[in-house]
Amino acid sequence: MEQKKEKNKYSVIVPTYNERLNIALIVYLIFKHLRDVDFEIIVVDDGSPDGTQEVVKQLQKLYGEDRILLRPRPKKLGLGTAYIHGLKHASGNFVVIMDADLSHHPKYLPSFIKKQLETGASIVTGTRYVKGGGVHGWNLMRKLTSRGANVLAQTLLWPGVSDLTGSFRLYRKSVLEDVISSCVSKGYVFQMEMIVRASRKGYHIEEVPITFVDRVFGSSKLGGSEIVEYLKGLAYLLVTT
Amino acid sequence: MKHVLKIFSLLVAISGLWIGLLQASIIPRSHTWLLPIYFIVSLGCYGLLMVGVGLMGFPTCPQEALLLQQDIAEAKYFLKQRGVDVDSE
Repeated sequence: MEQKKEKNKYSVIVPTYNERLNIALIVYLIFKHLRDVDFEIIVVDDGSPDGTQEVVKQLQKLYGEDRILLRPRPKKLGLGTAYIHGLKHASGNFVVIMDADLSHHPKYLPSFIKKQLETGASIVTGTRYVKGGGVHGWNLMRKLTSRGANVLAQTLLWPGVSDLTGSFRLYRKSVLEDVISSCVSKGYVFQMEMIVRASRKGYHIEEVPITFVDRVFGSSKLGGSEIVEYLKGLAYLLVTT
Repeated sequence: MKHVLKIFSLLVAISGLWIGLLQASIIPRSHTWLLPIYFIVSLGCYGLLMVGVGLMGFPTCPQEALLLQQDIAEAKYFLKQRGVDVDSE
């Protein structure tokens, strides 16, 4: 596939919407933690009204337009298509997807890359549910729903990974292109669909522990409608994968 | 094979085993009749147990929140010096 194994390039796709401060912080932290690696950051901004794109342009001046790519879209068009959009502009042979809100810390990127190099995996996914991983800022109810959802999914789907809805992942580019084209779900069911489909297709998936810090306490609360969406997603995956 | 079919065939296999047991009468029939209820109850117990165990051992990372605050301060300082607008609203 590639000319040389050592010549890996990583494209970090970060979808944003109103993340003018966070995108600057995350770019700084990515550059801080990925020192001896060839990489690019692709910011897919969905027409944020808060000036996210202006900040990205300032960052481009600082770090170089070849390192930070701004690939905006006119309006909010959803997470799945944001990855497809970013993917079109990715020049790396590996793609990292992560959230812009700093719940995913760039300091884990080296462990994703190391794990991939050690195992030759097609996908390395971050998991919050093992030793060395964890969450911060979740109340008991949030933890309970998270555990319940996880046990349900593990029992019904046998996915082979411990954290289905996490969205901090490293993909071989060709694998991401293959998997993403068959995914139709939205929201975090989309993350689950991606990993379940990849697992069914027989791709080699490895896990690394990550921590997940909710900075705005309780911001990722789960309401009744999310639970219904989740159950519908589970049923959908049961009959289609 | 779709995953739902896998689960379905597993259930069929278990039912087959159960019907076999009913026919063979190795254990008293009155007990065999209750087996599906035991099965469902133990499945429920397994689920509750797994949720409970997961909840008790839920890994948390309060120290990470502090480290993140330090990283944010460091990033802001660096970026501000280089003319990136990091003054939040």
